Amino acid sequence: MTRYLRTPRAAVYAGVFLGLLLLPHFVDAYHLTLVETGLSLAIMALGLNLLLRYTGVLSFGIGAYFASGAYAVGLLYMYLPQYFSFELSMLAALAASAAVSALFGFVCVRHTRIFFSILTLALSMLLFAVLEKAYYYTGGSDGIRVPIPTFFGYQFEGMRRFAFLSGPYYYVVLLVFSAATLLMLAIVNSPFGKALQATRDNELRAEMIGVRVKRFRWYAFVIAGTFSGLSGGVWSFVNGHITPEICSWVFSGEVVYMVLLGGFMIFEGPIVGALLFTYLRLYAVAWTEYWMLIVGATLVILVLLLPGGVTGGLYRLIERLTPKARPKAGASV
Amino acid sequence: MLEVKDLFKSFGRFLVIQGVSFAINQNEVVALLGPNGAGKTTLVNLISGHLFPDQGRILLGGRDITHAPPYERIKRGIARNFQLTQLFPELSVLDNVRNCIFSVRGQLSRFFKPASSYQEATAQALEVLEVFNLAQYQNELGAGLSEGDKKILDTAMAFALQPDFLLLDEPTSGVATAEKFKVMDTIIAAIGARGTATLIIEHDMDIVSDYAQRVMVLAEGRILANGAPKEVMQDQAVQETLFGVSEPNAARC
Repeated sequence: MTRYLRTPRAAVYAGVFLGLLLLPHFVDAYHLTLVETGLSLAIMALGLNLLLRYTGVLSFGIGAYFASGAYAVGLLYMYLPQYFSFELSMLAALAASAAVSALFGFVCVRHTRIFFSILTLALSMLLFAVLEKAYYYTGGSDGIRVPIPTFFGYQFEGMRRFAFLSGPYYYVVLLVFSAATLLMLAIVNSPFGKALQATRDNELRAEMIGVRVKRFRWYAFVIAGTFSGLSGGVWSFVNGHITPEICSWVFSGEVVYMVLLGGFMIFEGPIVGALLFTYLRLYAVAWTEYWMLIVGATLVILVLLLPGGVTGGLYRLIERLTPKARPKAGASV
Repeated sequence: MLEVKDLFKSFGRFLVIQGVSFAINQNEVVALLGPNGAGKTTLVNLISGHLFPDQGRILLGGRDITHAPPYERIKRGIARNFQLTQLFPELSVLDNVRNCIFSVRGQLSRFFKPASSYQEATAQALEVLEVFNLAQYQNELGAGLSEGDKKILDTAMAFALQPDFLLLDEPTSGVATAEKFKVMDTIIAAIGARGTATLIIEHDMDIVSDYAQRVMVLAEGRILANGAPKEVMQDQAVQETLFGVSEPNAARC
Protein backbone atom coordinates (compact mmCIF):
# COMPACT_ATOMS: atom_id res chain seq x y z
CA MET A 1 0.00 0.00 0.00
CA THR A 2 2.85 2.38 0.78
CA ARG A 3 3.94 2.09 -2.84
CA TYR A 4 0.81 3.92 -3.98
CA LEU A 5 1.71 6.83 -1.73
CA ARG A 6 4.72 7.60 -3.95
CA THR A 7 2.81 7.80 -7.23
CA PRO A 8 1.24 10.92 -8.78
CA ARG A 9 -2.10 9.09 -8.76
CA ALA A 10 -1.87 8.94 -4.97
CA ALA A 11 -1.44 12.73 -4.92
CA VAL A 12 -4.62 13.11 -6.98
CA TYR A 13 -6.45 10.73 -4.66
CA ALA A 14 -5.25 12.63 -1.62
CA GLY A 15 -6.40 15.89 -3.23
CA VAL A 16 -9.84 14.47 -4.05
CA PHE A 17 -10.17 13.04 -0.54
CA LEU A 18 -9.25 16.40 0.96
CA GLY A 19 -11.76 18.10 -1.33
CA LEU A 20 -14.50 15.68 -0.27
CA LEU A 21 -13.52 16.10 3.37
CA LEU A 22 -13.91 19.88 3.10
CA LEU A 23 -17.01 19.69 0.91
CA PRO A 24 -19.48 20.35 3.78
CA HIS A 25 -17.95 23.83 4.06
CA PHE A 26 -18.67 24.66 0.43
CA VAL A 27 -21.96 23.05 -0.55
CA ASP A 28 -25.38 23.07 1.08
CA ALA A 29 -26.83 20.15 2.99
CA TYR A 30 -29.00 19.03 0.08
CA HIS A 31 -26.08 18.61 -2.31
CA LEU A 32 -24.11 16.93 0.43
CA THR A 33 -26.73 14.19 0.71
CA LEU A 34 -26.62 13.78 -3.07
CA VAL A 35 -22.84 13.33 -2.97
CA GLU A 36 -23.39 10.91 -0.10
CA THR A 37 -25.78 8.88 -2.24
CA GLY A 38 -23.30 8.93 -5.12
CA LEU A 39 -20.40 7.83 -2.92
CA SER A 40 -22.37 4.96 -1.39
CA LEU A 41 -23.46 3.77 -4.86
CA ALA A 42 -19.86 4.13 -6.09
CA ILE A 43 -18.80 1.28 -3.79
CA MET A 44 -21.18 -1.02 -5.68
CA ALA A 45 -20.06 0.36 -9.05
CA LEU A 46 -16.45 -0.49 -8.11
CA GLY A 47 -17.59 -4.02 -7.29
CA LEU A 48 -19.42 -4.37 -10.58
CA ASN A 49 -16.37 -3.14 -12.45
CA LEU A 50 -14.20 -5.78 -10.78
CA LEU A 51 -16.35 -8.24 -12.74
CA LEU A 52 -16.71 -6.23 -15.94
CA ARG A 53 -13.26 -4.72 -16.43
CA TYR A 54 -10.99 -7.07 -14.55
CA THR A 55 -12.75 -10.43 -14.88
CA GLY A 56 -14.43 -9.88 -18.24
CA VAL A 57 -17.98 -10.82 -17.25
CA LEU A 58 -21.01 -8.53 -17.13
CA SER A 59 -23.43 -8.96 -14.23
CA PHE A 60 -26.98 -7.72 -14.68
CA GLY A 61 -27.90 -8.78 -11.17
CA ILE A 62 -25.61 -6.76 -8.93
CA GLY A 63 -28.72 -5.33 -7.26
CA ALA A 64 -29.28 -8.69 -5.55
CA TYR A 65 -26.20 -8.22 -3.38
CA PHE A 66 -26.91 -4.54 -2.82
CA ALA A 67 -30.37 -5.59 -1.65
CA SER A 68 -28.87 -8.36 0.50
CA GLY A 69 -26.79 -5.76 2.33
CA ALA A 70 -29.62 -3.23 2.61
CA TYR A 71 -32.16 -5.83 3.75
CA ALA A 72 -29.71 -7.24 6.30
CA VAL A 73 -29.73 -3.76 7.87
CA GLY A 74 -33.51 -3.45 7.58
CA LEU A 75 -34.20 -6.91 8.97
CA LEU A 76 -31.74 -6.34 11.82
CA TYR A 77 -33.77 -3.29 12.80
CA MET A 78 -37.07 -5.13 12.33
CA TYR A 79 -36.26 -8.28 14.28
CA LEU A 80 -33.36 -7.39 16.59
CA PRO A 81 -33.81 -3.67 17.33
CA GLN A 82 -31.82 -3.99 20.55
CA TYR A 83 -28.73 -4.77 18.43
CA PHE A 84 -29.39 -2.09 15.83
CA SER A 85 -26.17 -0.14 15.47
CA PHE A 86 -24.11 1.03 12.52
CA GLU A 87 -21.25 -1.37 13.20
CA LEU A 88 -23.46 -4.45 13.56
CA SER A 89 -25.51 -3.35 10.55
CA MET A 90 -22.36 -3.23 8.45
CA LEU A 91 -21.30 -6.66 9.67
CA ALA A 92 -24.76 -8.03 8.86
CA ALA A 93 -24.67 -6.38 5.41
CA LEU A 94 -21.23 -7.82 4.64
CA ALA A 95 -22.15 -11.31 5.88
CA ALA A 96 -25.50 -11.42 4.06
CA SER A 97 -24.14 -10.16 0.74
CA ALA A 98 -21.10 -12.44 0.94
CA ALA A 99 -23.34 -15.45 1.62
CA VAL A 100 -25.82 -14.62 -1.17
CA SER A 101 -23.09 -13.82 -3.70
CA ALA A 102 -21.19 -16.99 -2.76
CA LEU A 103 -24.33 -19.04 -3.42
CA PHE A 104 -25.40 -17.26 -6.63
CA GLY A 105 -21.81 -17.01 -7.82
CA PHE A 106 -21.36 -20.75 -7.48
CA VAL A 107 -24.01 -21.15 -10.18
CA CYS A 108 -23.05 -18.20 -12.39
CA VAL A 109 -19.26 -18.55 -12.70
CA ARG A 110 -19.60 -21.81 -14.58
CA HIS A 111 -20.65 -19.70 -17.56
CA THR A 112 -19.37 -16.62 -19.37
CA ARG A 113 -20.66 -14.05 -21.85
CA ILE A 114 -24.45 -13.78 -22.31
CA PHE A 115 -25.14 -16.92 -20.26
CA PHE A 116 -23.41 -15.41 -17.23
CA SER A 117 -25.30 -12.12 -17.63
CA ILE A 118 -28.69 -13.82 -17.99
CA LEU A 119 -28.06 -16.08 -15.00
CA THR A 120 -27.12 -13.13 -12.79
CA LEU A 121 -30.26 -11.31 -13.94
CA ALA A 122 -32.49 -14.36 -13.36
CA LEU A 123 -31.14 -15.00 -9.86
CA SER A 124 -31.55 -11.36 -8.86
CA MET A 125 -35.17 -11.45 -10.03
CA LEU A 126 -35.66 -14.61 -7.99
CA LEU A 127 -34.53 -12.75 -4.88
CA PHE A 128 -36.69 -9.79 -5.93
CA ALA A 129 -39.74 -12.07 -6.00
CA VAL A 130 -38.89 -13.44 -2.55
CA LEU A 131 -38.45 -9.94 -1.09
CA GLU A 132 -41.71 -8.75 -2.59
CA LYS A 133 -43.88 -11.78 -1.88
CA ALA A 134 -42.64 -12.64 1.61
CA TYR A 135 -44.66 -9.73 2.95
CA TYR A 136 -44.77 -10.83 6.58
CA TYR A 137 -41.00 -11.11 6.79
CA THR A 138 -39.75 -8.35 4.52
CA GLY A 139 -42.56 -5.82 4.40
CA GLY A 140 -43.24 -6.76 0.76
CA SER A 141 -43.49 -3.88 -1.68
CA ASP A 142 -43.91 -1.46 1.28
CA GLY A 143 -40.33 -2.24 2.27
CA ILE A 144 -38.69 -1.52 5.62
CA ARG A 145 -37.96 1.78 7.30
CA VAL A 146 -34.31 2.26 8.34
CA PRO A 147 -33.87 4.78 11.18
CA ILE A 148 -30.70 6.51 12.40
CA PRO A 149 -28.48 3.89 14.05
CA THR A 150 -26.23 4.18 17.07
CA PHE A 151 -22.45 4.38 16.48
CA PHE A 152 -20.47 2.26 18.94
CA GLY A 153 -23.03 3.03 21.62
CA TYR A 154 -23.33 6.73 20.76
CA GLN A 155 -26.89 7.89 20.07
CA PHE A 156 -27.80 10.90 17.93
CA GLU A 157 -30.75 11.73 20.13
CA GLY A 158 -32.98 14.52 18.96
CA MET A 159 -31.08 14.94 15.72
CA ARG A 160 -33.27 15.27 12.65
CA ARG A 161 -32.65 12.86 9.80
CA PHE A 162 -31.54 15.53 7.33
CA ALA A 163 -29.13 17.03 9.86
CA PHE A 164 -27.72 13.56 10.57
CA LEU A 165 -27.20 12.82 6.88
CA SER A 166 -25.64 16.16 6.04
CA GLY A 167 -23.62 16.16 9.25
CA PRO A 168 -21.87 13.19 10.86
CA TYR A 169 -23.08 10.53 8.45
CA TYR A 170 -21.40 12.24 5.49
CA TYR A 171 -18.02 11.61 7.11
CA VAL A 172 -18.95 8.00 7.82
CA VAL A 173 -19.89 7.45 4.17
CA LEU A 174 -16.70 9.18 3.04
CA LEU A 175 -14.63 6.97 5.33
CA VAL A 176 -16.27 3.73 4.17
CA PHE A 177 -16.06 4.82 0.52
CA SER A 178 -12.36 5.73 0.84
CA ALA A 179 -11.50 2.45 2.56
CA ALA A 180 -13.45 0.47 -0.08
CA THR A 181 -11.73 2.35 -2.94
CA LEU A 182 -8.25 1.74 -1.54
CA LEU A 183 -9.07 -1.91 -0.95
CA MET A 184 -10.34 -2.34 -4.51
CA LEU A 185 -7.27 -0.54 -5.87
CA ALA A 186 -5.07 -2.94 -3.93
CA ILE A 187 -7.06 -5.94 -5.19
CA VAL A 188 -6.89 -5.06 -8.89
CA ASN A 189 -3.13 -4.41 -8.73
CA SER A 190 -2.33 -7.49 -6.64
CA PRO A 191 -1.23 -10.88 -8.00
CA PHE A 192 -4.88 -11.95 -7.57
CA GLY A 193 -6.02 -8.97 -9.66
CA LYS A 194 -3.47 -9.79 -12.36
CA ALA A 195 -4.64 -13.41 -12.37
CA LEU A 196 -8.23 -12.20 -12.83
CA GLN A 197 -7.12 -10.07 -15.76
CA ALA A 198 -5.35 -13.12 -17.15
CA THR A 199 -8.62 -15.10 -17.05
CA ARG A 200 -10.34 -12.19 -18.78
CA ASP A 201 -7.70 -11.99 -21.51
CA ASN A 202 -7.27 -15.67 -22.22
CA GLU A 203 -9.05 -18.32 -20.18
CA LEU A 204 -7.20 -21.21 -21.82
CA ARG A 205 -3.78 -19.74 -21.17
CA ALA A 206 -4.71 -18.74 -17.64
CA GLU A 207 -5.68 -22.34 -16.96
CA MET A 208 -2.39 -23.51 -18.44
CA ILE A 209 -0.31 -21.32 -16.14
CA GLY A 210 -2.09 -22.73 -13.10
CA VAL A 211 -4.96 -20.29 -12.49
CA ARG A 212 -8.07 -22.09 -11.25
CA VAL A 213 -10.26 -20.03 -13.56
CA LYS A 214 -13.73 -20.80 -12.21
CA ARG A 215 -12.60 -20.53 -8.60
CA PHE A 216 -10.91 -17.18 -9.22
CA ARG A 217 -14.00 -15.93 -11.04
CA TRP A 218 -16.05 -17.04 -8.04
CA TYR A 219 -13.74 -15.16 -5.67
CA ALA A 220 -14.20 -12.04 -7.83
CA PHE A 221 -17.96 -12.57 -7.81
CA VAL A 222 -18.03 -12.79 -4.01
CA ILE A 223 -15.80 -9.72 -3.63
CA ALA A 224 -18.01 -7.75 -6.04
CA GLY A 225 -21.11 -8.97 -4.20
CA THR A 226 -19.67 -8.04 -0.82
CA PHE A 227 -18.74 -4.56 -2.05
CA SER A 228 -22.33 -4.20 -3.27
CA GLY A 229 -23.64 -5.40 0.08
CA LEU A 230 -21.50 -2.84 1.87
CA SER A 231 -22.81 -0.24 -0.55
CA GLY A 232 -26.40 -1.33 0.16
CA GLY A 233 -25.80 -1.21 3.90
CA VAL A 234 -24.35 2.30 3.81
CA TRP A 235 -27.00 3.52 1.35
CA SER A 236 -29.91 2.15 3.40
CA PHE A 237 -29.23 4.79 6.08
CA VAL A 238 -28.99 7.53 3.45
CA ASN A 239 -32.30 6.55 1.89
CA GLY A 240 -34.00 5.70 5.18
CA HIS A 241 -36.25 3.19 3.52
CA ILE A 242 -35.64 0.06 1.46
CA THR A 243 -37.96 -1.64 -1.02
CA PRO A 244 -37.55 -4.68 -3.30
CA GLU A 245 -36.94 -2.36 -6.30
CA ILE A 246 -33.25 -2.29 -5.41
CA CYS A 247 -33.16 -5.96 -6.29
CA SER A 248 -34.83 -5.59 -9.68
CA TRP A 249 -33.02 -5.78 -12.99
CA VAL A 250 -33.87 -2.12 -13.65
CA PHE A 251 -31.75 -1.05 -10.68
CA SER A 252 -28.95 -3.43 -11.70
CA GLY A 253 -29.14 -1.92 -15.20
CA GLU A 254 -28.69 1.52 -13.69
CA VAL A 255 -25.48 0.37 -12.03
CA VAL A 256 -24.21 -0.94 -15.38
CA TYR A 257 -25.12 2.47 -16.78
CA MET A 258 -23.13 4.22 -14.02
CA VAL A 259 -20.06 2.15 -14.85
CA LEU A 260 -20.38 2.84 -18.59
CA LEU A 261 -21.06 6.53 -17.98
CA GLY A 262 -17.93 6.93 -15.87
CA GLY A 263 -15.83 4.61 -18.04
CA PHE A 264 -15.21 0.98 -17.21
CA MET A 265 -11.67 0.90 -18.62
CA ILE A 266 -10.37 3.27 -15.97
CA PHE A 267 -10.29 2.34 -12.28
CA GLU A 268 -11.88 5.62 -11.17
CA GLY A 269 -14.53 5.53 -13.92
CA PRO A 270 -17.29 3.82 -11.90
CA ILE A 271 -16.86 6.33 -9.05
CA VAL A 272 -17.26 9.27 -11.41
CA GLY A 273 -20.15 7.44 -13.08
CA ALA A 274 -22.01 6.85 -9.80
CA LEU A 275 -21.72 10.52 -8.83
CA LEU A 276 -22.69 11.76 -12.30
CA PHE A 277 -25.61 9.36 -12.52
CA THR A 278 -27.00 10.51 -9.17
CA TYR A 279 -27.07 14.08 -10.45
CA LEU A 280 -28.13 13.23 -14.00
CA ARG A 281 -31.14 11.23 -12.83
CA LEU A 282 -32.16 13.85 -10.31
CA TYR A 283 -32.07 16.72 -12.78
CA ALA A 284 -33.65 14.65 -15.54
CA VAL A 285 -36.52 13.65 -13.21
CA ALA A 286 -36.96 17.26 -12.09
CA TRP A 287 -36.97 18.51 -15.68
CA THR A 288 -39.33 16.09 -17.37
CA GLU A 289 -41.50 13.10 -16.68
CA TYR A 290 -39.79 11.46 -19.67
CA TRP A 291 -36.53 11.40 -17.76
CA MET A 292 -35.77 7.85 -18.83
CA LEU A 293 -35.63 9.12 -22.39
CA ILE A 294 -32.80 11.48 -21.38
CA VAL A 295 -30.95 8.72 -19.56
CA GLY A 296 -31.38 6.40 -22.57
CA ALA A 297 -30.29 9.07 -25.06
CA THR A 298 -27.19 9.78 -22.95
CA LEU A 299 -26.30 6.08 -23.08
CA VAL A 300 -26.61 6.02 -26.89
CA ILE A 301 -24.43 9.12 -27.18
CA LEU A 302 -21.90 7.61 -24.79
CA VAL A 303 -21.60 4.34 -26.68
CA LEU A 304 -21.28 6.12 -30.03
CA LEU A 305 -19.07 9.07 -29.11
CA LEU A 306 -17.39 8.22 -25.81
CA PRO A 307 -17.00 4.44 -25.55
CA GLY A 308 -14.44 4.99 -22.80
CA GLY A 309 -16.98 6.95 -20.75
CA VAL A 310 -16.40 10.36 -19.22
CA THR A 311 -13.08 9.46 -17.59
CA GLY A 312 -11.91 7.65 -20.73
CA GLY A 313 -12.63 10.76 -22.78
CA LEU A 314 -10.96 12.97 -20.20
CA TYR A 315 -7.83 10.80 -20.06
CA ARG A 316 -7.68 10.77 -23.86
CA LEU A 317 -7.85 14.54 -23.89
CA ILE A 318 -5.07 14.78 -21.29
CA GLU A 319 -2.97 12.36 -23.34
CA ARG A 320 -3.43 14.48 -26.45
CA LEU A 321 -2.50 17.64 -24.64
CA THR A 322 0.50 16.07 -22.89
CA PRO A 323 1.86 13.31 -25.17
CA LYS A 324 4.84 12.66 -22.91
CA ALA A 325 2.57 11.86 -19.97
CA ARG A 326 1.05 8.93 -21.83
CA PRO A 327 0.65 6.09 -19.32
CA LYS A 328 2.68 2.95 -19.75
CA ALA A 329 1.12 -0.44 -20.38
CA GLY A 330 -1.06 -1.61 -17.56
CA ALA A 331 -1.22 1.85 -16.05
CA SER A 332 -4.89 2.19 -16.94
CA VAL A 333 -5.88 0.03 -13.99
CA MET B 1 10.17 -38.54 -16.11
CA LEU B 2 7.01 -38.86 -18.26
CA GLU B 3 5.33 -42.13 -19.13
CA VAL B 4 2.32 -42.45 -21.38
CA LYS B 5 0.68 -45.86 -21.32
CA ASP B 6 -1.82 -47.15 -23.87
CA LEU B 7 -3.60 -43.82 -24.34
CA PHE B 8 -6.91 -43.60 -26.25
CA LYS B 9 -8.93 -40.53 -27.12
CA SER B 10 -11.89 -40.14 -29.43
CA PHE B 11 -14.08 -37.22 -30.49
CA GLY B 12 -17.46 -38.72 -31.26
CA ARG B 13 -16.88 -41.51 -33.75
CA PHE B 14 -13.34 -40.38 -34.57
CA LEU B 15 -10.62 -42.23 -32.75
CA VAL B 16 -7.83 -39.63 -32.66
CA ILE B 17 -5.33 -41.31 -30.32
CA GLN B 18 -5.15 -45.10 -30.51
CA GLY B 19 -3.09 -46.90 -27.92
CA VAL B 20 -0.14 -44.49 -27.73
CA SER B 21 2.64 -45.47 -25.32
CA PHE B 22 6.05 -43.88 -24.82
CA ALA B 23 8.40 -42.56 -22.16
CA ILE B 24 10.64 -39.49 -22.01
CA ASN B 25 13.56 -39.26 -19.62
CA GLN B 26 15.00 -36.32 -17.73
CA ASN B 27 17.14 -34.00 -19.87
CA GLU B 28 15.89 -35.67 -23.05
CA VAL B 29 14.59 -33.66 -26.02
CA VAL B 30 12.16 -35.68 -28.12
CA ALA B 31 10.60 -34.46 -31.36
CA LEU B 32 7.08 -35.52 -32.24
CA LEU B 33 6.45 -35.58 -35.98
CA GLY B 34 3.42 -36.44 -38.01
CA PRO B 35 1.23 -35.21 -40.84
CA ASN B 36 -1.67 -32.84 -40.22
CA GLY B 37 -4.45 -34.56 -38.31
CA ALA B 38 -2.14 -37.24 -36.92
CA GLY B 39 -3.17 -36.34 -33.35
CA LYS B 40 -0.02 -34.46 -32.23
CA THR B 41 -1.79 -31.49 -30.65
CA THR B 42 -4.43 -33.79 -29.13
CA LEU B 43 -1.62 -35.75 -27.51
CA VAL B 44 -0.11 -32.54 -26.12
CA ASN B 45 -3.56 -31.50 -24.87
CA LEU B 46 -3.96 -34.86 -23.13
CA ILE B 47 -0.59 -34.56 -21.41
CA SER B 48 -1.15 -30.93 -20.37
CA GLY B 49 -4.62 -31.67 -18.98
CA HIS B 50 -6.55 -29.58 -21.47
CA LEU B 51 -8.22 -32.84 -22.52
CA PHE B 52 -8.69 -36.10 -20.65
CA PRO B 53 -8.15 -39.53 -22.22
CA ASP B 54 -10.85 -42.18 -22.67
CA GLN B 55 -8.39 -44.88 -21.64
CA GLY B 56 -4.78 -45.23 -20.60
CA ARG B 57 -2.52 -43.60 -18.04
CA ILE B 58 -0.14 -40.67 -17.87
CA LEU B 59 2.59 -40.78 -15.21
CA LEU B 60 4.89 -37.93 -14.25
CA GLY B 61 7.83 -38.89 -12.06
CA GLY B 62 5.99 -42.15 -11.27
CA ARG B 63 2.81 -40.37 -10.10
CA ASP B 64 -0.46 -40.87 -11.94
CA ILE B 65 -1.69 -37.55 -13.36
CA THR B 66 -4.17 -39.00 -15.87
CA HIS B 67 -7.18 -37.24 -14.34
CA ALA B 68 -5.37 -34.35 -12.65
CA PRO B 69 -6.66 -30.88 -13.68
CA PRO B 70 -4.20 -28.51 -15.41
CA TYR B 71 -3.34 -26.51 -12.28
CA GLU B 72 -2.39 -29.74 -10.50
CA ARG B 73 -0.16 -30.81 -13.41
CA ILE B 74 1.53 -27.42 -13.46
CA LYS B 75 2.23 -27.77 -9.74
CA ARG B 76 3.82 -31.13 -10.46
CA GLY B 77 6.04 -29.66 -13.15
CA ILE B 78 4.34 -29.77 -16.57
CA ALA B 79 4.24 -26.67 -18.75
CA ARG B 80 3.36 -26.04 -22.37
CA ASN B 81 3.30 -23.43 -25.07
CA PHE B 82 0.73 -23.26 -27.87
CA GLN B 83 0.82 -23.78 -31.61
CA LEU B 84 -1.41 -20.71 -31.98
CA THR B 85 0.12 -18.15 -29.63
CA GLN B 86 -1.80 -17.75 -26.37
CA LEU B 87 -0.89 -14.67 -24.32
CA PHE B 88 -2.61 -12.18 -22.05
CA PRO B 89 -2.79 -9.40 -24.64
CA GLU B 90 -3.98 -6.61 -22.34
CA LEU B 91 -1.32 -7.27 -19.72
CA SER B 92 2.25 -6.04 -20.00
CA VAL B 93 4.94 -8.44 -21.17
CA LEU B 94 6.32 -8.39 -17.63
CA ASP B 95 2.91 -9.26 -16.14
CA ASN B 96 2.49 -12.09 -18.66
CA VAL B 97 5.62 -13.75 -17.28
CA ARG B 98 5.22 -12.59 -13.67
CA ASN B 99 1.81 -14.29 -13.51
CA CYS B 100 3.61 -17.56 -14.29
CA ILE B 101 6.15 -16.88 -11.55
CA PHE B 102 3.33 -16.14 -9.08
CA SER B 103 1.80 -19.46 -10.05
CA VAL B 104 5.03 -21.35 -9.34
CA ARG B 105 5.50 -19.54 -6.02
CA GLY B 106 1.89 -20.19 -4.97
CA GLN B 107 1.20 -16.44 -4.78
CA LEU B 108 -1.57 -16.13 -7.36
CA SER B 109 -4.36 -15.68 -4.84
CA ARG B 110 -2.60 -13.00 -2.80
CA PHE B 111 -4.33 -9.67 -2.67
CA PHE B 112 -3.62 -6.37 -0.87
CA LYS B 113 0.01 -5.92 -1.98
CA PRO B 114 0.56 -4.71 -5.56
CA ALA B 115 2.09 -7.30 -7.89
CA SER B 116 4.99 -4.95 -8.59
CA SER B 117 6.02 -4.98 -4.93
CA TYR B 118 6.86 -8.70 -5.06
CA GLN B 119 10.52 -8.07 -5.75
CA GLU B 120 11.74 -11.64 -5.97
CA ALA B 121 8.97 -12.65 -8.37
CA THR B 122 9.62 -9.54 -10.46
CA ALA B 123 13.36 -10.26 -10.56
CA GLN B 124 12.69 -13.84 -11.64
CA ALA B 125 10.30 -12.66 -14.36
CA LEU B 126 12.87 -10.18 -15.63
CA GLU B 127 15.47 -12.92 -15.64
CA VAL B 128 13.26 -15.04 -17.89
CA LEU B 129 12.66 -12.06 -20.17
CA GLU B 130 16.44 -11.47 -20.33
CA VAL B 131 17.03 -15.11 -21.30
CA PHE B 132 14.52 -14.79 -24.15
CA ASN B 133 15.70 -11.29 -25.18
CA LEU B 134 12.36 -9.70 -24.35
CA ALA B 135 13.42 -7.54 -21.41
CA GLN B 136 13.32 -4.35 -23.48
CA TYR B 137 9.59 -4.91 -24.08
CA GLN B 138 8.68 -5.50 -20.42
CA ASN B 139 6.30 -2.52 -20.28
CA GLU B 140 4.70 -3.15 -23.69
CA LEU B 141 1.31 -4.81 -23.84
CA GLY B 142 1.36 -8.45 -24.94
CA ALA B 143 -0.82 -7.44 -27.91
CA GLY B 144 1.79 -4.89 -28.99
CA LEU B 145 4.56 -7.39 -29.77
CA SER B 146 5.43 -8.61 -33.26
CA GLU B 147 4.15 -12.09 -34.16
CA GLY B 148 7.61 -13.57 -33.75
CA ASP B 149 8.10 -12.01 -30.32
CA LYS B 150 4.64 -13.15 -29.27
CA LYS B 151 5.64 -16.69 -30.08
CA ILE B 152 8.86 -16.32 -28.08
CA LEU B 153 6.91 -14.83 -25.15
CA ASP B 154 4.53 -17.78 -25.31
CA THR B 155 7.50 -20.14 -24.89
CA ALA B 156 9.05 -17.89 -22.23
CA MET B 157 5.82 -18.14 -20.22
CA ALA B 158 5.98 -21.93 -20.34
CA PHE B 159 9.62 -21.80 -19.29
CA ALA B 160 8.81 -19.37 -16.45
CA LEU B 161 6.70 -22.12 -14.87
CA GLN B 162 10.03 -23.88 -14.17
CA PRO B 163 8.84 -27.20 -15.57
CA ASP B 164 10.37 -30.63 -15.21
CA PHE B 165 8.52 -31.62 -18.36
CA LEU B 166 8.00 -29.12 -21.16
CA LEU B 167 5.63 -29.46 -24.13
CA LEU B 168 6.54 -27.24 -27.04
CA ASP B 169 4.07 -27.08 -29.91
CA GLU B 170 5.93 -25.61 -32.90
CA PRO B 171 7.98 -23.13 -30.85
CA THR B 172 9.55 -21.49 -33.92
CA SER B 173 6.52 -21.15 -36.20
CA GLY B 174 6.01 -17.47 -36.96
CA VAL B 175 9.58 -16.65 -35.91
CA ALA B 176 11.76 -15.12 -38.64
CA THR B 177 13.91 -17.79 -40.36
CA ALA B 178 17.11 -16.06 -39.30
CA GLU B 179 15.97 -16.08 -35.68
CA LYS B 180 14.73 -19.69 -35.50
CA PHE B 181 18.02 -21.30 -34.53
CA LYS B 182 18.79 -18.51 -32.08
CA VAL B 183 15.45 -19.11 -30.40
CA MET B 184 16.02 -22.86 -30.32
CA ASP B 185 19.56 -22.38 -28.92
CA THR B 186 18.04 -20.24 -26.15
CA ILE B 187 15.34 -22.80 -25.38
CA ILE B 188 17.72 -25.75 -25.39
CA ALA B 189 20.28 -23.94 -23.23
CA ALA B 190 17.59 -22.94 -20.74
CA ILE B 191 15.99 -26.38 -20.47
CA GLY B 192 19.40 -28.06 -20.44
CA ALA B 193 20.38 -26.06 -17.38
CA ARG B 194 17.27 -27.30 -15.56
CA GLY B 195 17.45 -30.89 -16.84
CA THR B 196 13.94 -30.52 -18.23
CA ALA B 197 12.51 -33.34 -20.32
CA THR B 198 11.01 -31.88 -23.49
CA LEU B 199 8.58 -32.99 -26.17
CA ILE B 200 8.67 -30.75 -29.25
CA ILE B 201 6.22 -30.80 -32.10
CA GLU B 202 8.12 -29.37 -35.04
CA HIS B 203 7.77 -29.48 -38.81
CA ASP B 204 11.17 -27.99 -39.58
CA MET B 205 13.42 -31.01 -40.20
CA ASP B 206 16.59 -28.96 -39.75
CA ILE B 207 15.53 -28.08 -36.23
CA VAL B 208 14.53 -31.67 -35.51
CA SER B 209 17.85 -33.05 -36.69
CA ASP B 210 19.87 -30.39 -34.84
CA TYR B 211 18.13 -30.43 -31.47
CA ALA B 212 16.16 -33.65 -30.93
CA GLN B 213 17.87 -36.64 -29.36
CA ARG B 214 14.98 -38.87 -30.30
CA VAL B 215 12.14 -38.72 -32.80
CA MET B 216 8.64 -40.17 -32.53
CA VAL B 217 6.37 -40.27 -35.54
CA LEU B 218 2.63 -40.23 -35.02
CA ALA B 219 0.27 -41.29 -37.81
CA GLU B 220 -3.49 -41.73 -37.52
CA GLY B 221 -3.22 -41.65 -33.75
CA ARG B 222 -0.58 -44.39 -33.47
CA ILE B 223 3.17 -44.26 -32.89
CA LEU B 224 4.68 -45.30 -36.20
CA ALA B 225 8.32 -45.02 -35.22
CA ASN B 226 10.32 -44.12 -32.12
CA GLY B 227 14.10 -43.89 -32.08
CA ALA B 228 17.24 -41.96 -33.01
CA PRO B 229 16.54 -39.23 -35.61
CA LYS B 230 18.66 -40.72 -38.39
CA GLU B 231 17.26 -44.23 -37.99
CA VAL B 232 13.67 -43.05 -37.87
CA MET B 233 14.07 -40.81 -40.89
CA GLN B 234 15.50 -43.70 -42.91
CA ASP B 235 12.40 -45.75 -42.23
CA GLN B 236 10.41 -46.22 -45.42
CA ALA B 237 6.99 -46.10 -43.74
CA VAL B 238 7.97 -42.86 -42.00
CA GLN B 239 9.04 -41.27 -45.28
CA GLU B 240 5.82 -42.27 -46.94
CA THR B 241 3.84 -40.83 -44.05
CA LEU B 242 5.76 -37.59 -43.69
CA PHE B 243 6.79 -36.82 -47.27
CA GLY B 244 4.58 -39.05 -49.40
CA VAL B 245 7.70 -40.68 -51.01
CA SER B 246 9.60 -43.88 -50.29
CA GLU B 247 13.11 -42.99 -51.49
CA PRO B 248 15.59 -42.72 -48.60
CA ASN B 249 17.14 -39.52 -50.08
CA ALA B 250 13.85 -37.65 -49.96
CA ALA B 251 14.28 -36.97 -46.27
CA ARG B 252 16.11 -33.73 -45.54
CA CYS B 253 18.01 -35.05 -42.57
